[in-house]
Amino acid sequence: MAGRKLLIENVHIPGIETFDVYRKNGGYASVEKALKKMTPDEVVEEVKKSGLRGRGGAGFPTGMKWSFLAKPEGVPRYLVCNADESEPGTFKDRYLMEKIPHLLIEGMITSSYALGANVSYIYIRGEFMYILHILEKAIAEARANGMLGKNIMGSGYDLDLVVAPGGGAYICGEETALLESLEGKRGNPRMKPPFPAVKGLWGCPTVVNNVETIAAVVPIVNNGGEEYAKIGIERSTGTKLISASGNLVRPGVYEIEMGVSVEEFIYGDDYCRGIANGKRLKACIPGGSSVPILPAHLVTKTAAGENRLMTYESLADGGFASGSMLGSGGFIVFDEDQCIVRNTYTFARFYAHESCGQCSPCREGTGWMEKVLHRLENGHGTMEDITLLEEINKKIEGNTICPLGDAAAWPVAAAIRHFREEFEWHVTHPAEAQTRNYGLIQPRVEEIKAL
Amino acid sequence: MKIESPINQDSTPVVFSAEMMAEINSVIAMFPEGKSKSALIRILHIVQTNYGWTSVPAMNTVAEILNIQPIEVYEVASFYTMFHLNPVGNYVFEVCRTGPCMIVGSDEIIAYIEEKLNVKVGGTTADGMFTLKTAECLGACGYAPVLQCQYKFHEHLTKEKVDEIIEAYRAASFVN
Amino acid sequence: MIKVTIDDIEVEVEPGTSILNAARQIGGEVVPPAMCYYSKLPGTGGKCRTCLVEVAAGSTADPRPMPKLMASCSTAVMDGMIVKNKTSQRVHDNRGGVVEFLLINHPLDCPICDQAGECHLQDLGYEHGSAKTRYREERRTFDPIDIGNKIKLHMNRCILCYRCVHVANQLTDKRVHGVMHRGEHAEISTYIENAVDNDFSGNMIDVCPVGALTDKTFRFKSRVWFLKPMEAECACTKCSGKAVVWMFGNEIYRVTARKDKYGEVENIEDKTAWICNDCRFEKKDPSAWNITGPRKIDRHSVISQGKYATKIDKGLNKIG
Repeated sequence: MAGRKLLIENVHIPGIETFDVYRKNGGYASVEKALKKMTPDEVVEEVKKSGLRGRGGAGFPTGMKWSFLAKPEGVPRYLVCNADESEPGTFKDRYLMEKIPHLLIEGMITSSYALGANVSYIYIRGEFMYILHILEKAIAEARANGMLGKNIMGSGYDLDLVVAPGGGAYICGEETALLESLEGKRGNPRMKPPFPAVKGLWGCPTVVNNVETIAAVVPIVNNGGEEYAKIGIERSTGTKLISASGNLVRPGVYEIEMGVSVEEFIYGDDYCRGIANGKRLKACIPGGSSVPILPAHLVTKTAAGENRLMTYESLADGGFASGSMLGSGGFIVFDEDQCIVRNTYTFARFYAHESCGQCSPCREGTGWMEKVLHRLENGHGTMEDITLLEEINKKIEGNTICPLGDAAAWPVAAAIRHFREEFEWHVTHPAEAQTRNYGLIQPRVEEIKAL
Repeated sequence: MKIESPINQDSTPVVFSAEMMAEINSVIAMFPEGKSKSALIRILHIVQTNYGWTSVPAMNTVAEILNIQPIEVYEVASFYTMFHLNPVGNYVFEVCRTGPCMIVGSDEIIAYIEEKLNVKVGGTTADGMFTLKTAECLGACGYAPVLQCQYKFHEHLTKEKVDEIIEAYRAASFVN
Repeated sequence: MIKVTIDDIEVEVEPGTSILNAARQIGGEVVPPAMCYYSKLPGTGGKCRTCLVEVAAGSTADPRPMPKLMASCSTAVMDGMIVKNKTSQRVHDNRGGVVEFLLINHPLDCPICDQAGECHLQDLGYEHGSAKTRYREERRTFDPIDIGNKIKLHMNRCILCYRCVHVANQLTDKRVHGVMHRGEHAEISTYIENAVDNDFSGNMIDVCPVGALTDKTFRFKSRVWFLKPMEAECACTKCSGKAVVWMFGNEIYRVTARKDKYGEVENIEDKTAWICNDCRFEKKDPSAWNITGPRKIDRHSVISQGKYATKIDKGLNKIG
């Protein structure tokens, strides 16, 4: 049975992308409620009560992030929406913005009010230029209907919304790199501290939140934080958009209630409906390319044999030894024919391509890993190369300015941890590796069958 | 890395059309007084839409408009992968090849386009119509394999679909 | 004043001081190396990661250790903070890793590099480098280019510390070079053929920690350790006129600013004594200078290990 939907329930209503239809279906109620009946602090309080955690990947409690915002007199504050969705495996924000743009606009207004921002920005990745136009159209409609501009709904609150595009750089999803980019510079992450909450956009206090996080503020304000927190398990409250990709019968964007089992999500009729072409599950990356990959036997069950659930806690159960992370909800599924080495190589190439090049471990380390993995994947590697990869990993992890270093190191480390024999196969079977027989390890398939 | 095109060695600013200037000024107006540099990336998109690529003369004009040093524009344009620093074909195919696309066949799609257009990745067809590039994650993994041409996404690619796309662009170009 | 302990040595510093600067107040071996941070150039630091240290206790108020190694150049000390630099195996290992990263694409052309002998990467390689390389791939290479008629850019040797970019931003009126591209393809460049032409552009050479930016008037003239560094002054209208002239016999081979033991241009009368291009490139005639005496080079690079340094220190100079 499909769970409740708080964000994309109305996506299939014809014309929902227009202001009128959106409004008729209950849209902008949170703006009305917040601006007319609540103080900004009360809105922050509801978000705190909801237990909402940042949906961009890090999972930091949103209410707490908001409460860190410095409020010096006479200095503008900014809310910046991070729509730079670029993590391989993640495409939920694009779906949300394309299908129901007013939900984001509404969330931006309500959130900006809570934070006391009078100008807010949506920074969207440059490749999504068509969505930028969708958002600008929605903003124009909202303004024409008195939801933006001066004295919104007679509340005395003023807000302008601006959409700004990037130019093709994953790193701009890191909040300080995003702010640099929004200032028209290279997307080099800043040193922290100071954090954006103190010194952000143009040196002013700034909150940066993911699209889905801001959208979730709408149902939280409408129904109350406590209602929202009733959905889910433990510290994973509410609903989450999951981007499902890879070898699935029905890939796509799903809104799930936190706590759905991974098994249900992969095989259930309301969700992905199993592995495509009748094949078997080999591995899964549950939270976007930077989180650890899990082999089949650890996907639906934890190492302790409990059911693995779609929550921050359950997916992380077992730590890096046998767990992973919910991350951004980029759920990538691999069938039995996929080559883990080749996949890991494409990820290493991705991170090398996306490294800003500012700090040495990431600039040199990601490029080095890409080259070593390229060698291994093409059958020119040695056993020492596998050890070398592990060592490069350790020297990058934790030593970089921003989390891109960790994001590049973790998937390689996890792939070797769980699929070492497949890496070794590429060394021992150079001819097959070169002919792009993807190096399916027969013993592993037997092992999966046995489960 | 280095650019070879003679046009780039000419650093005389080009003159943008009135329409371009109107669009550029409206972008600058989106940001507070004194923060016009924030408009840079979007202006580079406007330049590329109009000229197909971001040449040095055009970037010098952008620097003049924003009252910044030309090197600041070059630094930014070279950081972001969407900006072409060299001339490209009328249509640029950027085919995603990162994990989620790779496991559903992006390698085969790239190979097919190479064969079909008779170009290698990075190359432009002899008639100047198409440039083939690869891209890292375009954020459309659930609809993979994917390619982006100018700002348009083409999803769920198959060989047949690639044929159709190429034909459609050829036809559109013919009309122009 | 707040108290911080670095490698078991306690020091009192002003609030807001970085760990690195606190260590410099102690001096000696507890000072982490810094390839990108330059105290005279605000905004530098954080990039090379050679100055990473372990913070074993954050402060008296919150004595928890910091989980990650911290860049000492850009982490402010807190009262009661306990820092480990040379006493931490973790720091030693990770610094070795950073040195390996910096070296994988760095050419082994020290025998023909003008920076040899006073190169910070040489020092680091000596202390933390491994005798053999594990990098089997081709190094990234660039052709050396002139940026301006007096400065040569060897991009192959660059470690992307960004110091020269800050010099151009902070000492000159117009920056024409910068960092192009990104990731491992990032490079210092003017992008189009362009001359760095400014009275103070030569300071880019002095701040460069490696041999990426070298003085064309000195190129291939001599190894630095064969030269005698002498303190010299001249009446200059553009700069302080206080420099070091590097002599062989009675000839001046090159002119640099006066640098301290961290390779940074010294402050003279509370002002950083950057020198102008006239002093640096044009005044090679000893009669243009008032030479006041020998200059002690207080660094553990090759120069200070030479006979000359030992002579002026009368054997008292401890070699690091």
